[in-house]
Amino acid sequence: MNTEHDSQWQVVCSRSDLVPEAGVAVWTQAGPVAIFYLPDTPEQIFAIEHYDPVGGASVLARGIVGDVQGEPVVASPLYKQHFSLRSGQCLEDERVSVSCFEVRLDKGQVQLRAHGRKKASRAA
Amino acid sequence: MKKQHLIVIGNGMVGHHFLEQFTGSDAAANYHITVFGEERLCAYDRVHLSEYFDGSSHEDLAMASTEWYGEQGIELMLDEAVTRIDRERQQVITSQGAYPYDALVLATGSYPFVPPIDGNDQPHCLVYRTLDDLDAIRKSAEGVKRGVVVGGGLLGLEAANALKSLGLEAHVVEFAPRLMPVQLDDEGGQLLREKIEELGVRVHTEKATSEIIPGEQHRLRMNFTDEDHLETDLIVFSAGIRPQDALARDAGLEVGDRGGVVVDNQCTTSDPRVFAIGECALWNNQIFGLVAPGYTMAKTLAAHLNGDGEAAFTGADMSTKLKLLGVDVGSIGDAHAQSAGARTLRYLDESAGTYQKLVISEDRKYALGAILVGDNAKYDTLLQYMLNGIELPENPQSLILPDSGDAPTLGADALPETATICSCHNVSKGDICCTIDSGATDLGTVKTETKAASGCGGCAGLLKNVVEFELESRGVEVNKDICEHFPYTRQELYHLVQVEKIRTFRELLDRHGTGRGCDICKPAVASILASFWNEHIHEPDHVPLQDTNDTFMANMQKNGTYSVVPRVPGGEITPEKLRVLGEVAEKYGLYTKITGGQRIDLFGATLNQLPLVWQELIEAGFETGHAYAKSLRTVKSCVGSTWCRYGVQDSVGMSIFLENRYKGLRAPHKLKMGVSGCTRECAEAQAKDIGVIATENGWNLYVCGNGGMRPRHADLFATDLDDQTLVKYIDRLLMFYVRTADRLQRTSVWLENLEGGLAYLQNVVINDSLGIGEELEAQMAHVVETYQCEWRTALSDQDKLKRFREFVNDEREDPVQTWTEERGQKRPADMTAEEKLIAVSG
Repeated sequence: MNTEHDSQWQVVCSRSDLVPEAGVAVWTQAGPVAIFYLPDTPEQIFAIEHYDPVGGASVLARGIVGDVQGEPVVASPLYKQHFSLRSGQCLEDERVSVSCFEVRLDKGQVQLRAHGRKKASRAA
Repeated sequence: MKKQHLIVIGNGMVGHHFLEQFTGSDAAANYHITVFGEERLCAYDRVHLSEYFDGSSHEDLAMASTEWYGEQGIELMLDEAVTRIDRERQQVITSQGAYPYDALVLATGSYPFVPPIDGNDQPHCLVYRTLDDLDAIRKSAEGVKRGVVVGGGLLGLEAANALKSLGLEAHVVEFAPRLMPVQLDDEGGQLLREKIEELGVRVHTEKATSEIIPGEQHRLRMNFTDEDHLETDLIVFSAGIRPQDALARDAGLEVGDRGGVVVDNQCTTSDPRVFAIGECALWNNQIFGLVAPGYTMAKTLAAHLNGDGEAAFTGADMSTKLKLLGVDVGSIGDAHAQSAGARTLRYLDESAGTYQKLVISEDRKYALGAILVGDNAKYDTLLQYMLNGIELPENPQSLILPDSGDAPTLGADALPETATICSCHNVSKGDICCTIDSGATDLGTVKTETKAASGCGGCAGLLKNVVEFELESRGVEVNKDICEHFPYTRQELYHLVQVEKIRTFRELLDRHGTGRGCDICKPAVASILASFWNEHIHEPDHVPLQDTNDTFMANMQKNGTYSVVPRVPGGEITPEKLRVLGEVAEKYGLYTKITGGQRIDLFGATLNQLPLVWQELIEAGFETGHAYAKSLRTVKSCVGSTWCRYGVQDSVGMSIFLENRYKGLRAPHKLKMGVSGCTRECAEAQAKDIGVIATENGWNLYVCGNGGMRPRHADLFATDLDDQTLVKYIDRLLMFYVRTADRLQRTSVWLENLEGGLAYLQNVVINDSLGIGEELEAQMAHVVETYQCEWRTALSDQDKLKRFREFVNDEREDPVQTWTEERGQKRPADMTAEEKLIAVSG
C-alpha cells in the first residue's frame, strides 16, 4: 500500500459498529455507503453504495447477506435483487450496478477510500 | 350457405359442457345455436351446490357468464321453459313462440324424486336441486331450529350439510338400514354414520314416513310406519333423481320403462334429429347420475355432430370419491362383490375411524371394486388398478392396510398410457405425456392445456405425481430443495433442527449445508429456530438471519422508512390509548391508516425514530403487533354478546384471549384469526387461518381459510366446542402447521397439499392419531410462556438499540427521502425509474 494514498483513507466507524454476517450504513463524503462484515472471507469487509437504484431508496445495508454460487451478495430488502459485494453488479439485471469502494480494517477502525470510488465493471 | 338451427334444451352442467365442446369444433360454424334454460340463471356447478350456503354466489358456481354465450354467438334464452316439441314441423314451442330446429339436443337433466307421502306438498316440504330450491330452503330455515332430509344417499347427505351450514339441527331419515346404500356396505355405512353423528347430524335409518302432519313443538310432524315420529321445521326430499323426460315422452320419443330417453352409442334418440345427453338419457338401460359420464356423452355428441364417425359412448365408470360433511367416502366398481367368485379383503380401524374394503377376483389377480370411508388416500391407486386391469401385488391386502413401509403404492410409472387420470374431462396419462412432449414443463401448464383436475378436482394428487414423474423421466429436474445452500425442504430442515437440537444457523449450515446461506434459507431457518427455542430475534446469532422487517420490528415501505403497528387485541381500544396513538403520530409526522385487521398503522418512521416512537407507545401500555413477522397478526372480532342484540357468545373476550395466547408464535407464514359472536359472521372468520364462530352451545372452529390473493373459505373443523377444547385444538393444529408446512406456505395451501386433507388433519388433532397431541400442546405452552414483547426487550438493551441508526457514524436522516402531502397527511413522493437511478448521482 502506497503511503501517499493512505492520507486519503477516511475513518468511517469502528469495528464494534459492524455486525458479523450483516451490513450497517455510514455517512461519507460520497454519500450513504453500506459496509458488510464477513469475517470468514479473505476481504473480511466490503463497501458498496447504500442506495438501491431499483427500489429508489437507501436500504442496501439492511438486506440479508449470503452467497450465490460462492459470490458474496446482499439481497435488497425492497425487491430482493442480489448485488455482488465484490463488484456492485446486480445479478438479476446486467444493466444495473452500484458503486463499490475500497475499504479496510486498521487497528479496530474501519477506513474507506472516499475518492477511490470506482464504478463496478461486469468483469470484476 | 344458410346456417342450420341447433337447439339445446337445458342449461345445466352437461348441456353447457356440450356447448363448450361443440363450439370448439369446425362444424360449429354451420349452426345457429339456441339454448333454452328453465332456470333464471345460466349453467352452474351443481356438484358444489352446498357451497352456496357457505357464501359462494351464483357467480362463484357459474360454469360461464352470459357474456361467454354472447361471444360464441349462442342465443341463450333463460327463464323460458319449453312446453312442447313438435317433431312433425321440427319446432320447439315455448310460452314465447315456436323455434325451428334441424338438430335438437335434450339436456334436461333430472328432477328430485319426492316419495308419495301424504302431506308432502305442504309449505316447508322442499327439494334440493337448483339455486332457487336453495333460496327456498334458506327462507324456510330463517328463525327455526331443525331440518330433516329424507334420503341418506349421496345427495341427501349433501343436503344435510347444507342444512347444517344454515345453523339448523340436521336430521337424515333413510329407508334402507344404512347410509349410502348404493355405494357402501353395512360396515362402511355404520362408520360413516358414526362420523357424521359426531359432527352433530342425527341419523335415522330403516324409517319409512307414512304421513306429514302439523307438529306441536315444530312446524311439521313426520309419522313413521313403525309408530315412531319426528318433529321438524322443514323437510328436504332428496331420495334420488328421476330423468326429466316429459317433453320426450309427450313428443312420442322412445323412453324406458322407468324413465329416461333411450339413446344409442351416438346419443341419438329414436328420432335421428333428436339427441339426449346427461341424466335424462337412458343408455343400455342405465341412467348416469354423475357428472363425468354426462360430460363423456356431451363430448361424444359434439364429436358426432362434427362428423367424427368413430365417436361413441360406451358406458362409464361409476366410481365416486367425495367428502361428505368433511368425511372421505370412496366407492369403486363392484363395491358389493357381486361378480362371480369375487373375494373381499377388509380392514376396519375403529380408533382412527377408517374402513377400507377391497374386492378382488377369484384368482386374487385383479381388483374389482373397493369401499373407503374416513380416508380416501388409497382411492386413486385402487381406482387405477381396477380401471386398467393392472395385476395386483402378491399380497393385495397391503393395498388397504396402513402403510407398513413395504406397501406397493402404484407409482405413476406403472400406469398404462390409456389410464384415465381425470374422469371429469376424460384426460388420460397419454394426453398428459403429449402435453409435456409439446413443451409443458410444469403442473400449471398441463392443467391449463388438458383441463385435468379442473372438474371435481379429485385427481389433483394423482395428476401431480404423473406430471412430476413424467418430467423427471424426461430429465427435467423437479427440485424441491429450499435453495442452493441446503439440499432439503423446509420440513426436512425442521426435522434436522429438532432431532439434532440445533440452535444456530451456523451449526445447521456447517452440518448440512454449503456456502454462507441466502435471503431464502436464512429467514426460513430463523423461523424454525424460533418455533423451537423462541429466543429474542436480536440475539447476535439470529440478527443476520432476519428480513429487515424482523430486524427492525417494523414494516419497510417503498422509500425505506417503516410503518409501526401496535397490538390492539381483538380490535378493542380505550379512548386514552386511541389518543396516545394520535399524539405519537402527530409528534413524529406519521401517516395514519386503519388496517383491515382492526388496528392502526403509523407510516413513515425512520430507523432513528423507531425506538423513540416505541418508547412512548410502550409507556402508554402498548406492545408490539408483530405486523412485521411471520406470526400471528390479529384476531378480528365482532362486538358479540356484550353489545350486539344477536350475539350468542362473548366474541371480543375470546378474540382477546386468543390474540394474547398466540401472539409471538413464529410460523411458516403470517397467521390471521377471526371470532364471530353469531352465525351472521361479521368478523369474517371463515376467511382466516383460524376462524371461530359462536353457537348456542359453544364455538364452531373453522380452519385454513384465506383472504388475499387466493381466497379460500375455511373448512368446518369441529362444532360446539367448549373454551378449553377449542384452545386445545387450535394449539395442536397451529403447532402441527408450524412443524410440517413449507416455507411461506399459508395454512390454506398447506391443507390442500396435506395428504388425506381435512379428514387427516381432524384425525391428528381431534383423535390424536399420531400420538403427538400432548407434545404439540407442550410445545405451544413453551412458546406462550416464553413470550416477550420484542420492543420492550429491545428498548431495555443499549446494544440492541445501536442498530436503530440510519448511519452508525452520523445522526442525520437519509437525505434521499422526498415527501409530498396528500389529503392532509405526508407520504413518499412518487419517483420514476429514471429519477430513482439518478437520485444520488449528484
